[in-house]
Amino acid sequence: MSSPEPLRFRLNGHPVEVACESSRILLDLVREDLGLTGTKRGCDLGTCGCCTFLLDGRPTLSCLTLARLVAGRDVTTIEGITPPDGLSPVQRAFVERGATQCGFCTPGFVVTATALLRDSPHPGREEIERAISGNLCRCTGYRKIVEAIQAAAEEAR
Amino acid sequence: MATTPPPTYRLLGGRIPYIEGPLKVTGRAEYTDDIRRPGMLVGRLLRSPWPHARLRSIDVSAARALPGVHAVLTGDRYPTPFGVLPITHDETAIAVGKARYIGDIIAAVAATDERTAERALSLIRVDAEPLPEYSDPRTGTSKVPEPIHSRGLLGSNIQKEVVQHFGNVDAAFARAAYTVRVRGNFAGVTHAFTEPMATIAEATPDGRLTVWSATQVPHYLHRALSEVLGIPMHRIRVIKPEVGGGFGGKSDPLPHEIVCAALSLETGRPVKILFDREDVFYTNHGRHPTQNDVRIAADASGQILGYDIDALIDGGAWSSFGTVTTYYNGVLAMGPYRVPNFRYRGRRVYTTKPPSGAMRAHGGTNIRYSVEVALDTVAEAAHIDPFDLRSRNALPPNSKTVNEFRITSTSFLKCLAAAREKSGWDAKFRKLPYGRGVGLGCGFYISGSNSPIHFTPKFPQSTVHLKVDMDGGVAVHSMQADIGQGSNTLLAAIVAEVLGVDLDRVHVQRVDSDVSPIDIGSYSSRVTFMMGNAARAAAEQLRAELVRAAAALLDRSPEALEVVHERIQERGHPEVGVTFLAALHRAMETGGALTASGSFDTSPVGGTFKGARAGTAPAYSFAAYVAEVEVDDETGEYRVPKIWAAFDCGRALNRLAVEGQIEGSIHMGLGQVMGESMNYRGARLFNPSLLEYKIPMPQQMPDVEILLVGDDDPEGPFGAKEAGEGPLIATLPAVGNALYDAVGVRFTDLPITPDKVLRGVDQRRKEGRTWKGG
Repeated sequence: MSSPEPLRFRLNGHPVEVACESSRILLDLVREDLGLTGTKRGCDLGTCGCCTFLLDGRPTLSCLTLARLVAGRDVTTIEGITPPDGLSPVQRAFVERGATQCGFCTPGFVVTATALLRDSPHPGREEIERAISGNLCRCTGYRKIVEAIQAAAEEAR
Repeated sequence: MATTPPPTYRLLGGRIPYIEGPLKVTGRAEYTDDIRRPGMLVGRLLRSPWPHARLRSIDVSAARALPGVHAVLTGDRYPTPFGVLPITHDETAIAVGKARYIGDIIAAVAATDERTAERALSLIRVDAEPLPEYSDPRTGTSKVPEPIHSRGLLGSNIQKEVVQHFGNVDAAFARAAYTVRVRGNFAGVTHAFTEPMATIAEATPDGRLTVWSATQVPHYLHRALSEVLGIPMHRIRVIKPEVGGGFGGKSDPLPHEIVCAALSLETGRPVKILFDREDVFYTNHGRHPTQNDVRIAADASGQILGYDIDALIDGGAWSSFGTVTTYYNGVLAMGPYRVPNFRYRGRRVYTTKPPSGAMRAHGGTNIRYSVEVALDTVAEAAHIDPFDLRSRNALPPNSKTVNEFRITSTSFLKCLAAAREKSGWDAKFRKLPYGRGVGLGCGFYISGSNSPIHFTPKFPQSTVHLKVDMDGGVAVHSMQADIGQGSNTLLAAIVAEVLGVDLDRVHVQRVDSDVSPIDIGSYSSRVTFMMGNAARAAAEQLRAELVRAAAALLDRSPEALEVVHERIQERGHPEVGVTFLAALHRAMETGGALTASGSFDTSPVGGTFKGARAGTAPAYSFAAYVAEVEVDDETGEYRVPKIWAAFDCGRALNRLAVEGQIEGSIHMGLGQVMGESMNYRGARLFNPSLLEYKIPMPQQMPDVEILLVGDDDPEGPFGAKEAGEGPLIATLPAVGNALYDAVGVRFTDLPITPDKVLRGVDQRRKEGRTWKGG
């Protein structure tokens, strides 16, 4: 069995080159092989959104993404969204507004919300709810998550 | 009578963001699956495809021979039974002799990688003889050919039967002006926390075993590991990393946690078992499928004369918390009302289905739905407004229920008043157009179980240790388990409040049984009340030492001093004072770091009859919710645009957290009333995924107006009571009763799906009853 070509892509702004079998799932590659554990595994079926990352800037589920599909593309995980010196406005708002309880879904929400506010800086409640409808949260009832995203948008205004 | 206004606090009572928030929003918080140990093996479980089968033989030779496989275990290796309640040890780590549900663990493998482990599982040969399947609890209430457990009552599958009678129910019903009967049927629901269970175990050559696990109750896990593995507790170290939600589902010691430890003992290597979502659904321990039969008698003025209740509870394969569940379905039906006569029969029956257990507002949810619907019916029959009916029957403060629950603080009347006013009830009830309606539902829940599960050896329900060294940081140790509800934050805030220091001085340490003193964990809504009192006691000891040191420095008597923000000063002379650090350094001169231990234990309350302890609590929470609904007459779909949630948690110590608990509880309650359901065909679970088991979407969440009206509780820490589970309960009947106001149909079975709404409306029209013109 010949080992496949190494996989090359940009991860959180930096080029990476890793060995990767064709059946490897991106979530496994990121968590297990690259040690970035901020991306969470909640269901393995694309139902919970805990593993959301940005593929060329678009929120995507890493548990449903074959790692080889990201060859030559931009992958941004929660680690790449976090500024080196603290929290992003979305992250700060999540903390201040109590939008994170158990925290397991939170990286996925932060990734989704970051992409939303980049594309639509002042979303209304309905637009926010639509944007986060692929992310499940069992703790907050979503109200404080929506408020936090609105607050982050306000802060940027 | 002059009353002193309640005291105010520097931090407590405010909005305190969770201290681990920055770690959680950046993905840096460490959950069990984020931990890597050198040489770690992968543990995998073989689950039964049979609902009930005798395991004649299990051939693991081929699996053992597979390269990369380090251990294969079957039930005979660690057969000691365990279970969360000491009185019902009916589980084993791996099935012994029989498999009792589809998903029961019948073998386990540890291998170098996932693929090898999966292959090894496929090589295990099980010779099994299928046994009768019991999926309907009704078929298990009398003698059966093959009881699921030998402990079933008189050869049946009844795990627990409770019969209670207080007062004289027959006489009460004989003189009643109104009697109402509601027969409810409730599908099972599950916690659906986002983090699947995960455990890592590492046996080391020094004879010790370390277990990291996603658990709500590290102490019970610690005990179960010791009992089943035969290792003294002091050689086992249980660590609780961050836990991604529990809601009761991670409160039993679970078989896979013990299996994981056993695999590590067998191999001498660290082993991780990580569940997938299907594993989580089969492990379940969610809310019991229940059939209840509630009869309520009331006099002409709407005064409740008595309850007569029967509950048939589908337990699934294990006992879990089931004995408690069986009691709770009766005893938690009474408050927030005065019920002078009460009769209850509850039976929990084993079935060959995934075990049910404790889920948020355990034992108090399904029965409450039926009771509140029945009371709504009484109010209608008696032409009394539902609010007036409830006020008329409210338990007064400092009273006793007929089954001898001690009621201290209750702001239930204030809850009713606030919900009525803010919801605009009087302008809406029976006045909104057809298809729209409002409904009232009330709630009552324990603020911690007064009785711990284990009585020997005797120790306090919660202990908190503090250590402060010359750096001025306060290390806090306690085995209370933050599972997202914010108990670490509250612990830090209480310590900071008492010591007068900034919150960032206080470092709550991760739960680690080697160093954390025992608190019995996150269940029964006990943490704020019990840990809070223990933390306060510990911090007050430290404060006294600091004040004595400051007094020496200032040449004043300790009584003359007060603790303010980061400073200790003379009362009335703020210029005479020292900083916290100066006082600390003086206090440490002779003995080094300051340490303190505070604890809390419940004092005895309740009666002395059999089962009297079930449902006793040091305090109770109260709730009155109004829900507004809008029903689409053509599709039967409905939405809940708003809920007014009046809640009595005593003093809300962290308003941000209390709001989060209420909003999250409403989400979970709404899920159960609107659509969540563990769907079975026979004993087979048909929807073990979050795609098929749907929890409410953001768009389905109502606006929630939270009305915190509680007066300080006399015994709660700084006046607080629970807010973690009680807020769920009132959600369900508020929606159910609002649907009645909207379309004139009483829905007694949950979930209330659109097809049931359509059928109900059709039926009503067939009977020739019109409702608000519709």
